[in-house]
Amino acid sequence: MAKRMQGIMESIQTLCSGDHGNEGFMQDDEDEEEENGVGRLTSWAELLGFGLAVFSEAIAPQLQCFCDRTLGFAVGQGGSREAWIKAVAMAMSLVRKAVKKGWVGALAPAARVMSQALSTASEPITLDIPVPFKAHKVETPSVTVETSAQELTNFFKTMFIMRRMEIAADSLYKSKFIRGFCHLYDGQEAVCVGMEAALNDKDCIITAYRDHCTHLGRGGSVLEVFAELMGRKDGCSLGKGGSMHMYNKKGGFYGGNGIVGAQTPLGAGLAFAQKYLKVEGVTLAMYGDGAANQGQLFEAMNISALWNLPVIYVCENNHYGMGTAEWRSAKSPEYYKRGDYIPGLKVDGMDCLAVKQAVKYAKEYALQNGPMVLEMDTYRYHGHSMSDPGSTYRTRDEISGVRQERDPIERIRKLLLSNNIATVAELKTMEKEAKKEVEDALSKAKESPSPDSDELFTHVYRKGYGAKAYGADRKEVVVKLP
Amino acid sequence: MVRRRFSFGLVSRLSSPIYGRSPCSGGIWTPCLGQKRSFMTAKDLVESEEPEKKVTNRINMFSAINQALHTVLDSDPKSYVFGEDVGFGGVFRCTTALRDKFGRHRVFNTPLCEQAIVGFGIGLASMGNRAIAEIQFADYIFPALDQIVNEAAKYRYRSGNLFNCGGLTVRAPYGAVGHGGHYHSQSPEAFFCHVPGIKVVIPRSPSQAKGLLLASIRDPNPVVFFEPKWLYRLAVEEVPVDDYTLPLSSAEVMRKGSDITLVGWGAQLAIMEEACDEVSKLGISCELIDLRTLIPWDKELVEDSVNKTGRLLVSHEAPVTGGFGAEIAASITNSCFLRLQAPVSRVCGLDTPFPLVFEPFYMPTKNKELQTLGL
Repeated sequence: MAKRMQGIMESIQTLCSGDHGNEGFMQDDEDEEEENGVGRLTSWAELLGFGLAVFSEAIAPQLQCFCDRTLGFAVGQGGSREAWIKAVAMAMSLVRKAVKKGWVGALAPAARVMSQALSTASEPITLDIPVPFKAHKVETPSVTVETSAQELTNFFKTMFIMRRMEIAADSLYKSKFIRGFCHLYDGQEAVCVGMEAALNDKDCIITAYRDHCTHLGRGGSVLEVFAELMGRKDGCSLGKGGSMHMYNKKGGFYGGNGIVGAQTPLGAGLAFAQKYLKVEGVTLAMYGDGAANQGQLFEAMNISALWNLPVIYVCENNHYGMGTAEWRSAKSPEYYKRGDYIPGLKVDGMDCLAVKQAVKYAKEYALQNGPMVLEMDTYRYHGHSMSDPGSTYRTRDEISGVRQERDPIERIRKLLLSNNIATVAELKTMEKEAKKEVEDALSKAKESPSPDSDELFTHVYRKGYGAKAYGADRKEVVVKLP
Repeated sequence: MVRRRFSFGLVSRLSSPIYGRSPCSGGIWTPCLGQKRSFMTAKDLVESEEPEKKVTNRINMFSAINQALHTVLDSDPKSYVFGEDVGFGGVFRCTTALRDKFGRHRVFNTPLCEQAIVGFGIGLASMGNRAIAEIQFADYIFPALDQIVNEAAKYRYRSGNLFNCGGLTVRAPYGAVGHGGHYHSQSPEAFFCHVPGIKVVIPRSPSQAKGLLLASIRDPNPVVFFEPKWLYRLAVEEVPVDDYTLPLSSAEVMRKGSDITLVGWGAQLAIMEEACDEVSKLGISCELIDLRTLIPWDKELVEDSVNKTGRLLVSHEAPVTGGFGAEIAASITNSCFLRLQAPVSRVCGLDTPFPLVFEPFYMPTKNKELQTLGL
C-alpha cells in the first residue's frame, strides 16, 4: 500500500516536472501533448483526480463502471451543471459505500467525476466553420457556431462508433453473415451526427437505404443494427427488413427505404402531420444525388411549398449515384438550387458543426416558412454497396485524398486536441471503448436467433383483419395470418 | 477514370456484380431446402425450333443477351439502348462493349428516373426507332407502370393506327436470386399481363433469350422482356452465333408426356424440370410447357396438351393470388372443363411481400411441386 502511494506521488511528480517517463498509460505521446496535458491541471482537485485516476487504472479498472454510470447519468441529462452536481453526489454515495467495504480504489473514479465537474465540459466554445455556406433564395447562416467540449466529445465518440460499426459490417458481409445488400455510410457520418445535434425527439427523419448510422443517431443501438443486418430476431425490424429497412418508432425514424426517391413524398406527408398536430417539429426527408433526378421528389417539393410544410429536404451529395458521377446524370449538380422556389443551402457535409448550424437554421426557417433544401457535400469511402468495389468510377487517390483532408472524425479530433478538450491518450481510450462497444454488440448479435418461420406470414396485414395464407397450391389453409 | 473492358462473349473474371454466388452457399443465411438451381439445356428440347447445325458458342445468358443487342444495333442504325448504367456494361453485364462499338449517341446512360426512361423510349419509338430501354431491376419498374399501361399499350389504339410505339422494348431482370430481399427479387409480370396492347416475354435459357429478344425488338408492338436474373450466370449452353429469332406467342413443349401438363416460364422451369424427373421414376409422365410469351399466350397449345393429359399444374414465383397462373387456370377450366380430371393446380409464391430471410419458405420449390403432384 505504501509502495503504491509512493508510485502515485512519483507519477504526479513526473507529470508536474514535465519528465516523460514510460508510465503505462502515457504511451507514445508527443511532447506538446504532454505539455498541454500538464498545463491543463489548473486546480488541485483536478490534480488529485488525475493522480487518483492513475491509481485506479493501476488497481481497480473494474470500478470504472461506477464512474461510467455516473458520467453516463450526467451526460444523459444533457451535461448541465445541475446534472453534473447530481452525478457527483451519486459518485460520493458510491464512494461512501465502497469505502465502507474497503474499496479504496473507488475514490479514483469519484475523484475523476469531481474533476470533470470542475472542468469546463459544458461551457460554450465558439468556433468558425471553415467552408462557407452557399445560399439560394435565403440568407446564409452565420459561420460562427457555438458548441461545447461535451458536444464535440460526443461527436467524436458517436462518429467513431458509427465508423467501427460500418467497418464491422463490411467484414461481416465478406464472411457471409450478412447477405443481400449492405450500403455503408462511412465517410458520411458527420451528416447524421451533425443533424442530431440540432434536432430533438419531436422531429422525424426519413431516409433512403444507407441508413445504419441514421438509425443509430435516432436512438437505435449497435446491437439492433447488427442483428437486423444479419436477419436475426433482435434486429430493429425483427430481422424482416434487413440492411435497407431500419426503423425506430420512438426516435421518429421512418426508415430505411429501398426504392430510390420514394421516401421524399412520404417526408412531405410526415411534415403535414406534424404541422396539423402542432407538434413543433420538422421532418428531414433525406435522399442522395442519384435520387435528385426522380420525378417524385419534385412532386413532393411542389406540394410541400404549396402548403408550407415544415419539411427539410436533405440531399446527401456524395457525388456518385452508384457508379455515375453527378455531372453525368444531372444537368444542374447544384442540388441546393433544384428546389427552384424552395430556398436552399449548400453545406460542407464532412463538418459536423456546419451541418448542425445549417440544420438548426433550416429548422427555424421550416417551422415558420415552409420547406428548405439542404445539400450536404459529403463523400462515401466504400462503394455504393458491398458488391461495388468503389474504384471503377473513381481513383483510389481521390478516395484517399478525401480521407486525408476532409475526414469528419479527424476534423473533430483536431478540434478536440487544439482546443485542449482531450488529450491523445483520452481519445485513444474513447476509441478503445467504442471498439469494445461495437465488438460486444457484434458478438451478442451473432448469438441472436433467426426469426421463427411463422414470421413469414405476420404483419402482412394488421392483426385482426385476418387474411389466410394458403399453401402453394391454394387448396388448404396452411396458416391463418395473425 | 478507371474503366474495365470486358471481352465480348467471355464470362467476366471479375467477381460478379451482385449475383455470382450459387444460391445456397454460406449456409448461415438460409436453410437450403433442396433448392439448388439448375436449368434447362438445349439438349432437352423436344421440339427444337432453333436452326440446326449452326455454329454455336458456349455462353451464359447475359452474354447471349449481349449478342442479341449487338446484332440489333448492327443491323438497324436507328436502334438505341439506354438505361441506368448501361454504358459500362450494366450491373449484369448485358450491355458490355455496346457503347465502345456503337458510340455514345446510341448507347447511353440515363439518370435515375424510370418513368422518364420509359416515357422517353415511347417517344423515340413513335418516331419509328427501336428503343431498347433497360430498367435496372423489375422491382423498379413501377414508376414506369403508368407510361407502359397508359401510353405504350394504348398508343396505337387511341390514335386509330396513326401512331404507334412498336419499336419499344423494355428489358428488366426479374425474379428471385437467393438473397435479393424485398426489392431485388420481385416478379411483376402479372401486372403487365393485364394490359392489352403490350406483349410480355420471358425466356428460360440463353439460346431462348437471344432468339426471343431479337424477336421482341423486331416485333411491331411494345414488348416488356423480363430476364430471370438467377440465370444470368448460372445458365450456360450452346447458343448459335448468328441472327435468329424465335416466334412470339408460341409456347414450347419441352418434354412430352401423357399424365399431366405443367406450364411455367423463366427460371421456374428448372424447378419443374427436377420435379418431373422425380415423378417419372414413379411412372408418371409429365408434359412440360414453357409459355415463353405471357400475353398474348399460346392458348391452343396448352389446350391441346390438357385435352391429351386431363390435368394441369401452373407454377410461377409471383404470389399466387392474382398471378398469371390464375388466368391460365380460369381459361383452361373454361375450355377443357369436361376433359379435366382434377382441378387446375397452382404452385406459386406465397401471398406475402417477397421476404428477406424467409425466401426458401416463400419460393415454390421442388418439394412443393411434388406435394401438389400428390406425392
